[in-house]
Amino acid sequence: MADYVEINVNGVRHRLDIRHKRTPLLWILRDELKLTGTKYGCGIAQCGACTVHINGLSRRSCVTEVGELTEDDKVITIEAADSTIAKAVKESWVQHQVAQCGYCQSGQIMSATALLSKNKNPTDDDIDRVMSGNLCRCGTYPLIRKAIKTAAKSLTEANNG
Amino acid sequence: MGNLAAITRRSFLIGSVAITGGMLIGCQSKGFSLLQRKSKDKTHLTPYIRIDQTGITIITPRADMGQGAYSVQAALVAEELDVELDDDSIQVDHGPPKPEYFNGKVLSELLPFASTDNSKWAVRLRNFTEGFSERIGLFMTGGSSTVADAHYKLRLTGAVARQLLIMAAAERSKVHKNKLKTENGHVLLPDGTKYSYVELAPEAADIKLSEEIKIDDLKLKSNCRVLGKPMQRVDMVDKCTGKQKYGIDINKDGMLYAAVRTNPRLGGKIISYDAKFAESIVGKDKVIPISGGVGVIADNTWQAFELVDSIDIKWEDASYPETSYQMWEEFENSFTPWRKKNRLKNEGNVKTALEQGDVVEANYRVPYLAHAPLEPMNATVLLEDGRLDIWVGTQIPLFVKSVAAKLTGLSEDNIHVYVEVMGGSFGRRLEDDFVCQAIELAKARPGDLIKMTWSREEDMTHDFPRTMQLAKARGVVNNGKVEAMDLKIAALSTTASQFSRTTISLPGLRMPISIPEAIIANALRKDVALVSGAWDQPFSIPNYRVTGYKVPSMVPVSSWRSVGASGNGFFHDCFLDELIHAAGADPLEERIRLCSHSVSSKVLEKVGEMSNWGSALPAGSGRGVAYTLSFGVPVAEVVEVTNTAKGIKIDKAYVVADVGKVLDPVNIENQMMGGVIWGLGHAMNAELTYKDGKAEQTNFHAYECMRMYQTPEIEICALENADEIRGIGEPTVPPAAPALANAIFAATGQRIRELPLNKHIKFI
Repeated sequence: MADYVEINVNGVRHRLDIRHKRTPLLWILRDELKLTGTKYGCGIAQCGACTVHINGLSRRSCVTEVGELTEDDKVITIEAADSTIAKAVKESWVQHQVAQCGYCQSGQIMSATALLSKNKNPTDDDIDRVMSGNLCRCGTYPLIRKAIKTAAKSLTEANNG
Repeated sequence: MGNLAAITRRSFLIGSVAITGGMLIGCQSKGFSLLQRKSKDKTHLTPYIRIDQTGITIITPRADMGQGAYSVQAALVAEELDVELDDDSIQVDHGPPKPEYFNGKVLSELLPFASTDNSKWAVRLRNFTEGFSERIGLFMTGGSSTVADAHYKLRLTGAVARQLLIMAAAERSKVHKNKLKTENGHVLLPDGTKYSYVELAPEAADIKLSEEIKIDDLKLKSNCRVLGKPMQRVDMVDKCTGKQKYGIDINKDGMLYAAVRTNPRLGGKIISYDAKFAESIVGKDKVIPISGGVGVIADNTWQAFELVDSIDIKWEDASYPETSYQMWEEFENSFTPWRKKNRLKNEGNVKTALEQGDVVEANYRVPYLAHAPLEPMNATVLLEDGRLDIWVGTQIPLFVKSVAAKLTGLSEDNIHVYVEVMGGSFGRRLEDDFVCQAIELAKARPGDLIKMTWSREEDMTHDFPRTMQLAKARGVVNNGKVEAMDLKIAALSTTASQFSRTTISLPGLRMPISIPEAIIANALRKDVALVSGAWDQPFSIPNYRVTGYKVPSMVPVSSWRSVGASGNGFFHDCFLDELIHAAGADPLEERIRLCSHSVSSKVLEKVGEMSNWGSALPAGSGRGVAYTLSFGVPVAEVVEVTNTAKGIKIDKAYVVADVGKVLDPVNIENQMMGGVIWGLGHAMNAELTYKDGKAEQTNFHAYECMRMYQTPEIEICALENADEIRGIGEPTVPPAAPALANAIFAATGQRIRELPLNKHIKFI
């Protein structure tokens, strides 16, 4: 058995000591790889601040042990979320000036990007269903909703144009 | 839409800039008022602007926890200095915490004068607290005071700097200063020649102003380029791309990671502990006893969390009643003459009115609430060679310095506090408890750079919550009108509890001090926070009385977004609503009739207009209005709900506030919206209860507040009728809960008098 764990983060392979096997991905990202854009909020998948993409799906990195991942699992964090959709979401976020303290917004943006990857034209209910797992203590929800719709619209227009 | 890369980004990272041939500009201290007088210390400059070869730095000493303080402070300077904030050469920097950056406005909230009271004594005492704040160097961000304090100070600073730069250009060019103009960081000569501020700075530094700059010299509203127009917040791009660094994100070479566990019975000690497992992993010298608990230093935060959790600890019992039930009993027993603290409102003859009419009677209560900002408490420390460095998100950096001096015995000159951007605070970072723990770790490990992070569980169970509050209300209606209202409120003293944990260095005293709670409680003759948001409401009810009772201290409590008004606003406005319904009057019209403050009346009228008050709603729906004046800002809110088969659904909220002057229409809208969601979310779903002396809610699964699916559409309007400019971080919180409860009553006929509302009714 290998005495290491290998993970693929933002297109880069990292070999971690086997003792990290049970460590949640969140803390490997933040403390070992110094990718601090992914935030710690609750540690029990209740707030969504730690949301990353694994193989394109949104996952809570605070409850994902690195031992569960193989080197083929592609982890993308906010720092490298630069797909067309992610860019449109970030731009829309800036345009609507969504952030207040901003601490939850990495997670919000990752969740919103995953939503738009699956659903090009989400309704209010679709947005509620996906985004209600992301807590924002400052209360930016109405702007998040608007920003998702703006991003969806700009992506549709880009596709048609 | 703009390309992300094209949007100017700015870094908040502070370079240590040597000031060589540069200038530091500030307005004279003691606030703007003394600028117009011949003051002895006229040369005393407060540096808010630094110009050197690297460019222009605007110092923004009020900290940013999400409210946009950095941006608005920078904008005040930029407006008068004529620089563009999106220019790459302009830096915005919190700067070092120094007494010169005192906050002159934050203490006035503690005075026993309503914000609508402009009598001679009220004005005098407000001026006195401003002078006192300067004398003690009260460096604090809070109380929605940033804008009120900074508005003229920072604008005058910008205007003074601009004038000095013009004079330098006049001297250099031999063109009269009246013929010179300024634009985008340059002085312009009539022939089109441009001198940059940066090149003029060394010359300007030697110039003395020939005449004083006064408030009248500031730009008129119509000439403002920045103020009053939608702004792009300086931190927005970084916060929407994951690049913003918070205190918890500090990573430095060789840094170690720490976690702590202390007695969840707040203030309780540790009796003994067994840390064999943790010690076997990290070594005995990295398991460190601290006040009331233990800390573990490890290779990463997760390991530190796991190891500190593995320690078997025996705790001391709580020094206060063990359960919420027992605590409520103590509250119930507090309506006695010897616990009576104030009667700040006493108009007409309530006693007679109550004897003569049919009395409407009700009891109200609100629970303890946690601040729970999403970024848990953390601090990074290094104690080495007689010097202590602290990186921390805090609202009180100078008090942190004082407590660090007390804990280490170092002189404050050798203690350096760097204020980090905060992932929320809501009042939590007005406390220094977590910083003290990090300092204790640093003392045990000199030479080690340590980042200490609280787990969410540690954070939730070691909050200093918003006090529980209990109200006994009575009133009389007559002839369709509210005739009498009597409100008795019992609460813990937030002011005494919080200030007893504050360490302060006073001029003339050798050592920093903190004052015991009992002494502060005694000195606080009136303890206004017990009744703020209730006694100071501008209604002319013929017989009107508000009395505050102080419950003996138990769970230590602290300022929570909108402080006393957060619960008192609920009591006052819901009971007023009960009386209005008992009188058979219209809730909005009767409030307007009773309102004795024209700025507030306009706020109420506007919210009526926006919500189309009085128009028909579908069956099962209801509309509630509420009004609270807090932090000098009148706010009215209308909430619409529908009683569905699955529970109450909040359809819409309308909010109107009057802040005197809107500096940034975008940010004010966001702050007002955030305050309403904060108020509604906690009113619906959140409470902190105690069992066995410990908070029972340990994480967000048990402390929900507002989530996206419950958030209504919110319509917002900010008016500018008031004379004075005010801050908006807190005032929209208090009326949210009563507007919702009043709407539920309108929709269902059920009057809920206890928060959280979900104890009594289901939400969708």
